[in-house]
Amino acid sequence: MPSANMTVWRGDDDGQYEKYEVEYQDGMVVLDVIHQLQATQAGDLAVRWNCKAGKCGSCSAEINGQPRLQCMTRMTEFEEGEEIKIAPLKAFPLIRDLVTDVTYNYQKAKTIPFVDLMEPDENDVRRMAQIDIERVQEFHKCIECYMCQDVCHVIRDHPENQDNFAGPRFFVQLASVAMHPLDQNAKADTVSHGFGLEYCNITKCCTEVCPEGIKITDNAIIPLKERRADELYDPLRALGRFINNLKK
Amino acid sequence: MASIESHDYDVLIIGAGGAGLRAAVEATARGCKTAIITKSLLGKAHTVMAEGGMAAAMGNVWEQDNWKVHFRDTMRGGKMLNNWRMAQIHAQEAPDRVLELESWGALFDRTPDGRILQRDFGGHRYARLAHVGDRTGLEMIRILQQKSVAEDIDVFSECTINQLLVNDSEINGAIGYWRETGELIQFRAKSVIMATGGLGRIWSVTSNSWEGTGDGHSLAMNAGAEMIDMEFVQFHPTGMVAPASVKGILVTEGVRGDGGTLRNSLGERFMFNYIPPMFASETADTEEEADRWYTDKENARRTPDLLPRDEVARAINSEVKAGRGSPSGGVYLDIASRRDTDYIKRRLPSMYHQFMELAGVDITKESMEVGPTAHYVMGGVRVDPESTATSVGGLYAAGEVAAGLHGSNRLGGNSLSDLLVFGKRAGEFAAERALAIEHSTLDKQQVDEAVARIAKPFESEGAENPYTVQSELRELMQSKVGIIRNKTDLESALGEISKLKDREANVGVSGTHSYNPGWHTALDLQHLLSMSEAITKAALEREESRGGHTRDDFPAPSDEFGKLNIVATLGDSGGVNIKRESLSQMPEELAELFKD
Repeated sequence: MPSANMTVWRGDDDGQYEKYEVEYQDGMVVLDVIHQLQATQAGDLAVRWNCKAGKCGSCSAEINGQPRLQCMTRMTEFEEGEEIKIAPLKAFPLIRDLVTDVTYNYQKAKTIPFVDLMEPDENDVRRMAQIDIERVQEFHKCIECYMCQDVCHVIRDHPENQDNFAGPRFFVQLASVAMHPLDQNAKADTVSHGFGLEYCNITKCCTEVCPEGIKITDNAIIPLKERRADELYDPLRALGRFINNLKK
Repeated sequence: MASIESHDYDVLIIGAGGAGLRAAVEATARGCKTAIITKSLLGKAHTVMAEGGMAAAMGNVWEQDNWKVHFRDTMRGGKMLNNWRMAQIHAQEAPDRVLELESWGALFDRTPDGRILQRDFGGHRYARLAHVGDRTGLEMIRILQQKSVAEDIDVFSECTINQLLVNDSEINGAIGYWRETGELIQFRAKSVIMATGGLGRIWSVTSNSWEGTGDGHSLAMNAGAEMIDMEFVQFHPTGMVAPASVKGILVTEGVRGDGGTLRNSLGERFMFNYIPPMFASETADTEEEADRWYTDKENARRTPDLLPRDEVARAINSEVKAGRGSPSGGVYLDIASRRDTDYIKRRLPSMYHQFMELAGVDITKESMEVGPTAHYVMGGVRVDPESTATSVGGLYAAGEVAAGLHGSNRLGGNSLSDLLVFGKRAGEFAAERALAIEHSTLDKQQVDEAVARIAKPFESEGAENPYTVQSELRELMQSKVGIIRNKTDLESALGEISKLKDREANVGVSGTHSYNPGWHTALDLQHLLSMSEAITKAALEREESRGGHTRDDFPAPSDEFGKLNIVATLGDSGGVNIKRESLSQMPEELAELFKD
């Protein structure tokens, strides 16, 4: 059996990297090696995981500096004997080992509006064309691994922005509300105001790390920015609002 | 006791999968102060793994479909051992639950005229599964999660319940601990809903995540609840088999629903050799007819690739045993030669992704290697079909942890609909009870005992490694209480389980109480062991083969056992007691449906 040269963060903020030699089988992914390590050398090694098939988004970590799902990173990607360095996601407070406190994301989730759909027709049917829902189905593929949040420099390098910035995952959720074919509040200014969309300078880091291949920047963030610009800064609309305000 | 974090709720829901979340939404809508407890983070429950879809006789693709056809399919799929009333309620209410999910934002794939599209699945007479590509479970969990957030329901994430608390034979609370800190937490509750899912981790080859350790089954049984049908375990016919590290990961039945076929190493479509008499009249017996059926349901019969899961799993097992398996010990699932690349990628995007990333197999060009994987337990807590109430006052159960709907074998697609139909009912009836009664005081002795048990692995002098005990149990159950069983193996397994129970008492862990998976694994062992015992004893008692229970020493179904449930309860010495009980008989107007 080949053996892997693992360097894993152990402990809390005051912890350190520890080196381990771990035997593994062909076909294994990084998460298997971490489990092997748990079962044989480090019983208390903390790691989050659930489905082990890239569908739940629990096992995100920084592998050799890149945010990755441990369950979808195959050992064949590495040279034999190459150091594999596993660190917790940097943007969130560390609990222990590879587990971080992702409460920020759950708090932001509470601020996102819920869909408010038009009533169904007289036969109780909501008709929607496949072509109209496909762009929203792309957003619904999100597995909430929060790697886009982790890699976004608006909060990764500036935690002080967290209060005013929902982050890429939630821009995707906002876009899915705004673009739902039957949502009746689907206006960009109502769904995108107060979430810090303007902090994003479209460097596309989020899109690069998305394990589901969602084009976060192109398909969610930029259209939201454009709609917002259109609805709030279109000169004719601005003039209309000005006149309306005068009348009041 | 004063030092334990304490909360009061009208309705306490253990488990945050489809059933738990749907129950929570319902209980909240009925005015109850409601909490959800989950071992993982919100949105990670095993429901996300459900792929194919949610069965509901909406008749969008085939107008002929209706609840009676769905009811009949469900009962026949379960080899008539189902609770008929649950199967009826399920078939009648599933379409409304699908539409409700849509009204909360779910975006199911559409028919050309813009209604919800439905796909073919095993054992269903018509294309019936509402779906979102092959990630329907993710859609369900996310929509319900967002609905729960919108309703401001309290969620206790990464929190494990270790014991239900009982007052005067009725449930009045629960105690457990935070996984992050190891701190204790207790709840007073007027109603408790079990929605903890399954116990697939009992076997070494499983599609289940670490969470599927049977906690809810075991907690309910320990609190006095009756369990039924524990011998019936669904081995899903198509799990990945290679490479070894992905062994067991699910391959959706949708592959076959969308045109894929099973082949052995000779290239034969072997399912034509395994059509049981019960399904012969409605199953195609030539390849030509089977292939025509995908587009012509009126004049062709269903492909045997889509027989119920128990039949397909046994067939694969037999082919492999006969030496006609694939190199890694499975068979081949071929869609590449039968459908074009665009179609496969559009209909099965996550299967394409999964095989490409994990096995380096392009399913649009090559066959997949697949084999059976422990997937679902039909058995569980016995519930009242209308209210989901268990035999213990104040305790309700919905979803996989509850039993009855699926009989001896579940049809694909009936699980997601089960979660919503009975999740809603659990929320409704648990709320009704909660609004009518007051909280009662928690019993100090029970709390103290639970606290001692939770702390024990740290104090144990024993040197048993919890991971080793768990792994040996899983290997044992895989080899002796797997797809094919017999008396000798089952009796030997019982002896081994008893030895593992002794070793469990000596399990010790090191490290801190903060997020310590060794400790968590040690505490899960009691559930795994007691449910392994229940399954093995029930399997020994049922001397026949039916659905998800096959005995090679009793290879045929028997009329006698076809009228019986095996009931498991907690015995005085902490073991499992087994007894037989008669099934309830369906009324004449429903029995009529089976007379052709």
